[in-house]
Amino acid sequence: MEKSMKINFRLNKTLKSNIITYGIVIAAYIIVQLLVNAGQVSNLMKGLLVPICIYTIMAISLNLTVGILGELSLGHAGFMCVGAFSSALFSISMLDAIPNAGIRFFFAILIGAFFAALAGIVVGIPVLRLRGDYLAIVTLAFGEIIKNVISVVYIGKDASGLHFSTKNAMALNMAKEGTVIINGAQGITGTPKNSTFTIGVILILITLVIVLNLIHSRSGRAIMSVRDNRIAAESIGINITKYKLMAFTISAALAGVAGVLYSHNLSALTATQKNFGYNQSIMILVFVVLGGIGNIRGSMIAAVLLTLLPELLRGLNTYRMLIYAIILIVMMIFNWSPKLIDLRKRYFHKNRAEKERA
Amino acid sequence: MMSFISYFINGLSLGSVYAIIALGYTMVYGIAKMLNFAHGDVIMIGGYVVFTVVSTMGLGPVAGILLAVILCTVLGVVIEGVAYRPLRMASPLAVLITAIGVSYLLQNIALLVFGSNPKSFTSVVTVPALKLLQGKLIISGETIVTIISCIIIMIGLTMFIKKTRAGQAMLAVSEDKGAAQLMGINVDGTIALTFAIGSALAAVAGALLCSAYPTLTPYTGSMPGIKAFVAAVFGGIGSIPGAFIGGLLLGVIENLSKAYISSQLSDAIVFGVLIVVLLVKPTGILGKKINEKV
Repeated sequence: MEKSMKINFRLNKTLKSNIITYGIVIAAYIIVQLLVNAGQVSNLMKGLLVPICIYTIMAISLNLTVGILGELSLGHAGFMCVGAFSSALFSISMLDAIPNAGIRFFFAILIGAFFAALAGIVVGIPVLRLRGDYLAIVTLAFGEIIKNVISVVYIGKDASGLHFSTKNAMALNMAKEGTVIINGAQGITGTPKNSTFTIGVILILITLVIVLNLIHSRSGRAIMSVRDNRIAAESIGINITKYKLMAFTISAALAGVAGVLYSHNLSALTATQKNFGYNQSIMILVFVVLGGIGNIRGSMIAAVLLTLLPELLRGLNTYRMLIYAIILIVMMIFNWSPKLIDLRKRYFHKNRAEKERA
Repeated sequence: MMSFISYFINGLSLGSVYAIIALGYTMVYGIAKMLNFAHGDVIMIGGYVVFTVVSTMGLGPVAGILLAVILCTVLGVVIEGVAYRPLRMASPLAVLITAIGVSYLLQNIALLVFGSNPKSFTSVVTVPALKLLQGKLIISGETIVTIISCIIIMIGLTMFIKKTRAGQAMLAVSEDKGAAQLMGINVDGTIALTFAIGSALAAVAGALLCSAYPTLTPYTGSMPGIKAFVAAVFGGIGSIPGAFIGGLLLGVIENLSKAYISSQLSDAIVFGVLIVVLLVKPTGILGKKINEKV
């Protein structure tokens, strides 16, 4: 009797925590909408609304890999890139076939998520056999490969369908009225601008539902057991590869969704070092680390704050990356240095003891 | 045929630079069991020091390289002491994130100090180019110096580890940190020494790399750094001859694929090699297989 009560209480606790998380998103959405309607939001801030959604989704998605799966992925921007390009290609080539922007965008999101998930599986199968540092460097390598490959691809469309080449736009052999959609290093132009703040927030909520439910499911507990002790998890019959791949693929698919938002927020899209390179992956890692590794709500808040702050404090922009770097180092030393752990134990002794009991 | 040989030799030269950088990775990985992500950026700092001394202050290249070696050695030891030493007991993920942070920090400090405009680096090499076969095959002075310095460094380092007490201490620490400490070896000191040597080599690599590819930006070091890590993994991480072989092979693969396949895809091919190696033989060409104990 007592035991079942305890379980009940536990469930309620996670449910409560989840409701708070959803509540924060919805409340933030309502407040922003009210401000926008009241004309209190500058154009600069309006332009930031969609990027905030994009980075929030990216941060949640990376936190699934880093915090819940416990593996460091440095190629997350690569999955975003796959989602962005596949969905933009879909949207442009279906511009006439599906005139309704809403339906087309819905399918574009599915397409982006699907191809990013596919990339996640292709990358994940070999990569997840590795551990730790190797995994980090290989995901980084994959991110770079994806970016490099996309910038040599040419895809065009005419009456007879899609044409594909890796040489140049002329090698597509299209009919006269054909148009080039992906023009190698020049990327994609003319993607319909379908991303809105409302859609972004809905996607954040969907992301949260997926990730939070995964964490508190049987699979989620299996994934976390692999993180905490791989050998122990394996010895009780948990299929490590399956759960690792599952978390990694879901994470990649969510990054793909962020990519769809990204590509449909810009009319011209190129795969450069700046937007889909290693730096972008690191920036998202900073969100995750600052928000708390494994803490979904925290990484959400960190993503919003760190996207807003540099824009609000223009003077800070030069030092932004410097500050990010210092955040990474200081957070890690603060969390792991034996001396600082002792210090914290002394000052917050009570809290800590309680936490350990829980 | 001539062009193939010339690509091949250029590949060896690039590979020698990778090998020198890979040594730093492989030694640090062997001893501290961590991937020093910032190693590539130490190269960049080395490049900027040489640039400042030679081009701005007008001193000779020898002074430039000496100063770069000294400063990078100090930098390496400081990085280790400040950022990595407190994390000796931390999870590998935390150490890796810190290393990425340090790498980022160095890049952005360089960005603030030197600006983002590329600097054109004057070569530190004064050796004339070698003309072979009636001028059909030209081997540049940079190539010759790079390959020779790589060989000298390789021999010197092997001797150092085999013959000196400090070298033996390094081997002991890399084998078993705890046991080495019980035998009276100063583990922290040995790790610091490893970082010092690795960073000094990075400074040399920086000068050589920038002589061969004379544009210097705050991001100059990051790609070669990552590729050198690939080389270290390729040859078997922790192994010094492995770093040499892996570096040379990778340099040749990169240059040949740039020449014969696609210059845009050469990076992708290099990383493809890494993935294949890790799948087929995760310990690399000369690596030892370590059985995991439960």
